[in-house]
Amino acid sequence: MRHLLSTEDLGRGDAVRILDTAEEMSAVGDREVKKLPALRGRTVVNLFFEDSTRTRISFEAAAKRLSADVINFAAKGSSVSKGESLKDTAQTLEAMSADAVVIRHWASGAPQRLANSGWIDAAVVNAGDGTHEHPTQALLDAFTMRRHWSRLNRNASTGADLTGLRVAIAGDVLHSRVARSNVWLLRTLGASVTLVAPPTLLPVGVEHWPCEVSYDLDSTLAKGVDAMMMLRVQAERMNASFFPSAREYARRWGFDDRRLASLDSLGLKDTIIMHPGPMNRGLEISSAAADSPRSTVLAQVRNGVSVRMAALYLLLSGDTREERNELTKVSSS
Amino acid sequence: MSSANPAGQTPNADRYLLRGAAVLGGERTDLLIGDGVILETGTGLSDARAAVLDADGLVVLPGMVDVHTHLREPGREDAETVETGTRAAALGGYTAVHAMANSSPVADTAGVVEQVYSLGRAAGWVDVRPVGAVTVGLAGEQLAELGAMADSRARVRMFSDDGMCVHDPVLMRRALEYVKAFDGVIAQHAQEPRLTAGAQMNEGKVSAVLGLTGWPAVAEEAIIARDVLLAQHVDSRLHVCHVSTAGSVDIIRWAKARGIKVTAEVTPHHLWLTEDLVRSYDPVYKVNPPLRSDEDVTALREAVADGTIDVIGTDHAPHPSEAKECEWAQAAMGMTGLETALSVVQHTLVETGMISWADFARITSATPARIGQLQDQGRLVAAGEPANLVLVDPAARWTVDPAAMATKGRNSPFAGRELPGAVKATFFRGHATVLDGALNTPYDFAGEL
Repeated sequence: MRHLLSTEDLGRGDAVRILDTAEEMSAVGDREVKKLPALRGRTVVNLFFEDSTRTRISFEAAAKRLSADVINFAAKGSSVSKGESLKDTAQTLEAMSADAVVIRHWASGAPQRLANSGWIDAAVVNAGDGTHEHPTQALLDAFTMRRHWSRLNRNASTGADLTGLRVAIAGDVLHSRVARSNVWLLRTLGASVTLVAPPTLLPVGVEHWPCEVSYDLDSTLAKGVDAMMMLRVQAERMNASFFPSAREYARRWGFDDRRLASLDSLGLKDTIIMHPGPMNRGLEISSAAADSPRSTVLAQVRNGVSVRMAALYLLLSGDTREERNELTKVSSS
Repeated sequence: MSSANPAGQTPNADRYLLRGAAVLGGERTDLLIGDGVILETGTGLSDARAAVLDADGLVVLPGMVDVHTHLREPGREDAETVETGTRAAALGGYTAVHAMANSSPVADTAGVVEQVYSLGRAAGWVDVRPVGAVTVGLAGEQLAELGAMADSRARVRMFSDDGMCVHDPVLMRRALEYVKAFDGVIAQHAQEPRLTAGAQMNEGKVSAVLGLTGWPAVAEEAIIARDVLLAQHVDSRLHVCHVSTAGSVDIIRWAKARGIKVTAEVTPHHLWLTEDLVRSYDPVYKVNPPLRSDEDVTALREAVADGTIDVIGTDHAPHPSEAKECEWAQAAMGMTGLETALSVVQHTLVETGMISWADFARITSATPARIGQLQDQGRLVAAGEPANLVLVDPAARWTVDPAAMATKGRNSPFAGRELPGAVKATFFRGHATVLDGALNTPYDFAGEL
């Protein structure tokens, strides 16, 4: 694996390897000294064109637990103000010999552009790009689901996939990079996925995705769900007529107290409730649901560090920059 | 093929004898060119003063006329100038181009269109026919002085807010009506603005995966449907720029069947490339209207073959490299096209057997000249006609290298592809602007200014 750009092109072998490595990494978090020397002397740059404190500190913690040097680079340049170009920023980081660049960008495809442009030699990790993908989020979600699923099936997590798991993902699929990354990864790992959303918040073309689509959360729950993932919905979407009001959205597609109670009456005693955060309590998820024993919200945050450690470790622990350059020379000569 | 100019001739006194050229790909003949016209055709011609060109195996066609070119001057001379853009045109086999109005300042006054016209004459590579803006500053609010542009030295007949759609239905109606006074035509960039806010690529299965804001086909089709009905209502001429969807083709076919005066153009890139290329996120594939699906490409090719689409327009849109070396969403829309159009049309339509070289002449020369009302362009290849001609080697194969092009734009979506067909010579008013596949010298308008 040279970069981690998307889950769409992540094979089952690599996916399971990341999850298995994350299991090993999670043990580090339980130790008194939460640090491994694996990436000592390596430089990881967190290049954020879009604010995301949660994701940045998760990557920062992951890199630091592997003893890498971490540089946080909050780049200017929004869709409105151009600022420094991606090319110039990339070449600056290349001149500083960055080994890995963790990039968060408001523009879909920016990480792929960075990886394929020839502007920089570093490994590129997509930390969320526009409405395209957020692969480490999907990996940490899968990690969380795999632990739950293995416990239920009394299997070891390591080496396992998610065959047979029923996942429902509800919310603003149209604008969600989390939904996209989850759909591809969960398919690769053998889970079955149902997307639940108002028709306005599903992309044209969703019918080609490897999943079911429903407009009705209650009937989806009634069919049986093992993991219920709620996506963040921006209340401002109502201004663009994606839905009439926040209250109507919450009633029809929010995971409220009534639906929380319905899990028991439906006999879904082991169903977990997931959310990538940050949550809009009272909109897509009620406080009772978010704080219930079924909620995995904090476990997801914890697992995020392990999964990101695994990704950085697998991308960087192999060859050093110099060795990669040597290999390039050999292969191109 | 000899390229020598006989000594002592002024450029405009050129005489050329083309030996054995296949006229429109058919009958082979010699052509004697002199005094700016085709003097004689037939076999076994000879002329002591003429430079002889062996045209064995070559096809002679009327010089191509582009209805849709962005020359960027005035204002964006970093992207293209009239000089560089018309050099590219000559190399591509063109003898006339219509320069779109979205310059800076906008070509919305007689002064600006006359400036562009004069720059074209000074360059001397092709006829430059400025397109006038429909509305002041392309803002879609108030009609520009269309009559003044029509009456100017540039004699503007085609008006377009290209890049922007004249979306206000009342304004579009008035524009269609008003230009009847001087037999003008409104060339519409059909794009419903509210349905395409922030649009980045065709809306469909690829945009869903890539998370790029969709440019739905309906945003083009809804405007075309409205406009053909308006054109019918006020009995005016409408030209539809760069048609890109199968649905648009259906609407135009319907309109033509009802006798509505509508013509339509398609770009070479929409005849070949599809949205799947966007998966690379390489902005060289970012264009407006966007690359569509395989089904759309098929429908567009069939529409050219059956006459629903009348002409090829390149929508040649050069950009400086920094406008493309960036994130997809930041990148400018547009592709170069003048130097690849002939080859791409040969590849997609001639070599697929869908059209003949005679059809090629109709869609790249005769009909575009008629739409733009260029009297000396798009004529027959026959004695007495103006010598605006292109000599093509259809058997040639070449690999596209944007760095080697005459245009300043390096944004060719065909970079690295092998294409058929090469322009061996272009004759503009009887003068060879291109010889041996390379630029020769421009036509000298000095005596006519």
